[in-house]
Amino acid sequence: MDKRVFDAVILGGGGSGLRAALQLADSGFKVAVVSKVFPTRSHTVSAQGGITAALGNVTEDNWHWHMFDTVKGSDYLGDQDAIEFMCREAASAVYELEHMGLPFSRLDNGKIYQRAFGGQSQNFGGEQAVRTCACADRTGHALLHTLYQRNIAARTQFFDEYYALDLVRDAEGYCLGLTAMSIETGEPILIEARATLLATGGAGRVFWNTSNAMINTGDGLGMVLRAGLPLEDMEFWQFHPTGIAGVGSLITEGVRGEGGYLVNSRGERFMERYAPHARDLASRDVVSRAIATEIHEGRGCGPHADHVLLKLEHLGEQVIAERLPGIRELSIRFAGVDPVNGPIPVAPTAHYMMGGIPTNLNGQVVAPARYGPEEPVPGLYAVGECACVSVHGANRLGGNSLLDLVVFGRAAGRHMIEYLTENPYPRELPDAAVQFGLKRLARWSETRGDETVDGITRELRRLMQKHCGVYRKRAVLEEGLGELAGLQERAGKITLGDQSRVFNTARIEALELENLLLVARATIVSALAREESRGAHSREDFPQRDDDRWLKHTLYHLENDQLDTKPVRLKPLTVDSFKPMARSY
Amino acid sequence: MKFRLHRFDPESGKKPFMQEVELDIDPAGKMLLDALLELKAGDDTLAFRRSCREGVCGSDAVNANGRNVLACVTPLSSLKEPIEIRPLPGLPVIRDFVVDMEPFYRQYRSIKPWLINDEPEPERERLQTPEERAELEGAYECILCGACTSACPSFWWHPDKFVGPSGLLQAWRFIADSRDQATEERLDNLEDAYRLYRCRGVMNCVEACPKGLNPTEAIGKIRELLVKRKV
Repeated sequence: MDKRVFDAVILGGGGSGLRAALQLADSGFKVAVVSKVFPTRSHTVSAQGGITAALGNVTEDNWHWHMFDTVKGSDYLGDQDAIEFMCREAASAVYELEHMGLPFSRLDNGKIYQRAFGGQSQNFGGEQAVRTCACADRTGHALLHTLYQRNIAARTQFFDEYYALDLVRDAEGYCLGLTAMSIETGEPILIEARATLLATGGAGRVFWNTSNAMINTGDGLGMVLRAGLPLEDMEFWQFHPTGIAGVGSLITEGVRGEGGYLVNSRGERFMERYAPHARDLASRDVVSRAIATEIHEGRGCGPHADHVLLKLEHLGEQVIAERLPGIRELSIRFAGVDPVNGPIPVAPTAHYMMGGIPTNLNGQVVAPARYGPEEPVPGLYAVGECACVSVHGANRLGGNSLLDLVVFGRAAGRHMIEYLTENPYPRELPDAAVQFGLKRLARWSETRGDETVDGITRELRRLMQKHCGVYRKRAVLEEGLGELAGLQERAGKITLGDQSRVFNTARIEALELENLLLVARATIVSALAREESRGAHSREDFPQRDDDRWLKHTLYHLENDQLDTKPVRLKPLTVDSFKPMARSY
Repeated sequence: MKFRLHRFDPESGKKPFMQEVELDIDPAGKMLLDALLELKAGDDTLAFRRSCREGVCGSDAVNANGRNVLACVTPLSSLKEPIEIRPLPGLPVIRDFVVDMEPFYRQYRSIKPWLINDEPEPERERLQTPEERAELEGAYECILCGACTSACPSFWWHPDKFVGPSGLLQAWRFIADSRDQATEERLDNLEDAYRLYRCRGVMNCVEACPKGLNPTEAIGKIRELLVKRKV
C-alpha cells in the first residue's frame, strides 16, 4: 500500500479544515488536506447569511453581549469557557479574513457590512443588535474560496477526491494518521502524521428534508465511533425554519434580518404570538417550532397546508438584488417565485448538528479516561460542525457556525503546532491498526444479498424524519430505534453492482451509508435518554427544561449503545457565569 | 423520458459508447440532477459528481444536449428528448460524466488567485467603499464548475497555454480589488500571445456560465488595461 508521511493530516477541505491547514502551512509544517471533494465543493460554500462578530460597525456592540446571546441561545447547554473564547476571538478572526481578501459587503464608511440575525441583542437581552458580517448572501462561498486561495499560496498539499476509511491508532491511544482511498483509482493509501485533525462537517443527510449537501454524511463521526471514542449531545439537531418547502434548500435568516417576515394561511404574522419581542428574529428552534405548530393546527399554506410564507416584496427590488441575490436565484429556480413579486413557501429543514466529537478549546478530542471525563486523545483533533466544543449547546445562533470554523480552526492549528514541536518524532505504527480500515473497504467487494445502498439510504432518511424530527416522544423514538436495527441488519445484505476500481461512486456511497447509520443510532439513543425539552430537542412527553436532571452533556458510545453524561462547563474563562434563566424572545 | 448517456469505464476494456435509457419520471419541478440520481438508483455503475444540489458548489457540470450546464439547476422540462448527457468537452474523461479537472485547476492556480498586499495589516478591516466593492460584483461569484472554460474552443486547442475564461475572470477579480497591489505583476503574467490573447471573443463562456457571469467582459477590461499601459 502506498504510504505518505506528513507532520499533520487534516481530513476535510471546508472552512475549519482549511483555516487550520493555513495555520500549519504558514508556520512551515508539512500539512496534507484530504478531502472527498475538491475543497471549494465543501458544504461551507452553501453558507449564506454571514459570520457573527461584535465589530460594532452598525450598532454599539461588544463580545460580552455576543457571549450572553450565545449562552442563552444554547439554552444554557453551551460550555461557557468555549463561548467566551469564541466571542473574544471573533473580531480578530473576521478582520483576519478581510485581510486575506474576503470580499465582504461594505457600509458607506467603508467598513464591513453587518446585518441583524436571530437571537442577537445589545446589553444582555435588550434591543436587537446588528452583528453578522456578510458578503451579500454568499458569505460561505466567499469565505471558503478565500481560505482555499490562501492555502494554494501557502503550498498546502491537497489530496483531492480521497475518501477516508479509518483512523490509525496505536495501543496507547495515540492517533498516527488515517487510511484513505483515491476515488479516481480505487487505490488505498496510508497517510501517516503525528497530528490528525477531523474537519468532516455535518451529517444532515440522515434526514429526509435537509438543507445539507449530499456529501454531509458524518464520515468523521463514524471514524470516531469505530475507534471506540464517544460522540457528545447527538440529540441536538437544528431544524432551520426557512427551507424551501418540499425542496429543503436554505433561505437565509438574513432575509428576516433585512426585514422579511413570516405569515400563515390567514395572513397573520404569527411570530408575534410566539416571540412578542424578537418576533421573526427569535432563535431558530423557537421559530421552527412555531412554524410546525401553525402547520399542525391547520394554518399552513398551499394545497396541502404544509408550509408558511416568507414575505420580502416590501424590501424592494434594489435591496433584494444587492443584499440577497443568491436567495432570489434559489427561489426563482426551486420555488418558481421571484421574491420581488411574491412570498417564498418555506418549512423547517434539518440544517445543523450541534453535537459531535467532544473537544476542548484547543480542538483536542477529549474522552472519558482514567483521570476524568475530558482527557485529550493524543494526536487527535476535531473542529467545525463535526466537533462539539460545545459553543452551540442545544441550539446554534445563526452566524455562529462560520465563526466556529475559523476561531477553532485557528485554535486547533496553533495547538497542533505546539504538539508537533513537543512530539518531533513519529511513533511506531502497528500493522494491525492499518488493516482495520482496509477491511471496511474489502467488504464492499463481497456478494451478499439483494439490498441496495439507495434503498436503505432512502428508508433511513424517512425513518429519521418520522421518528426523530422537530417534536419527539418516547414511543415514537423507540419504534424508530427498532426499525433502525432492522435497517442495519439489512445493510449487511447489500451487494454493489459496480465493482470497477475507477471512480466507483457506488462504493463511496456505501461507505457513507455505514457512517450515516451510526450517526442515526447515536442520535436516537441520545434523544431517548434526554427526558426534557431544551433548545432544538423538544420532547412532547417532557415539555419542560429540567436543569436539575439534565443540565449536562450526553456521551454516546457505540459499544452496547452506552450513554454517559458529563457536566456543562458553566464557568467562563474570565467573566461571571450566566446562570440558567427562563428563555424567552 | 428518453436519455442517451455517455458511458465509459476504462476497466471494462470497452470503448466509450452511448447508452439509451428510459426513465419513468415526471419532469415537473425536477432538475436534471434528479433524473441522474434516479438513473443511478437503477444502475449504480453510473458515475458523476454532485454535492450541494443547489448550484453553488460547482460539482455537477455536464454537457446536456450539446450545452454545458449544471445538472442541479437545469429544469428537466427545458431539455428536449432524447436528453443526451456527455462529460464536459475538452477535458480528459475519467469515467462516464467524470472528467479530469486538473488542466482547468492548473490554469486557475497560474493566475495567483489570492490577494496580494504587502503593507502591514491594520488592526481593524482595510476600508473599501461600496463603489470599490461593486467592482468585484460578477467576478468573485465564480464556482469553478468549469462549464465556461470547457465550452471555449481556444481552451480545447491550448489547455496548457490559454488561461481560459474562468481563470481570466478570477484574474480580473483580483485586479479589480482596490485592496490588491499586484496589478502590474498580474498583467505581466497575462501578457503573452496565448495566456489571454487566445480569447477570440466567441462568447461561449457567457452562454455556458450557470451563474450568469460574463468572463468575456472581464477579459475585455484586462485587455484595456494592457493596451493602456503600453501607450
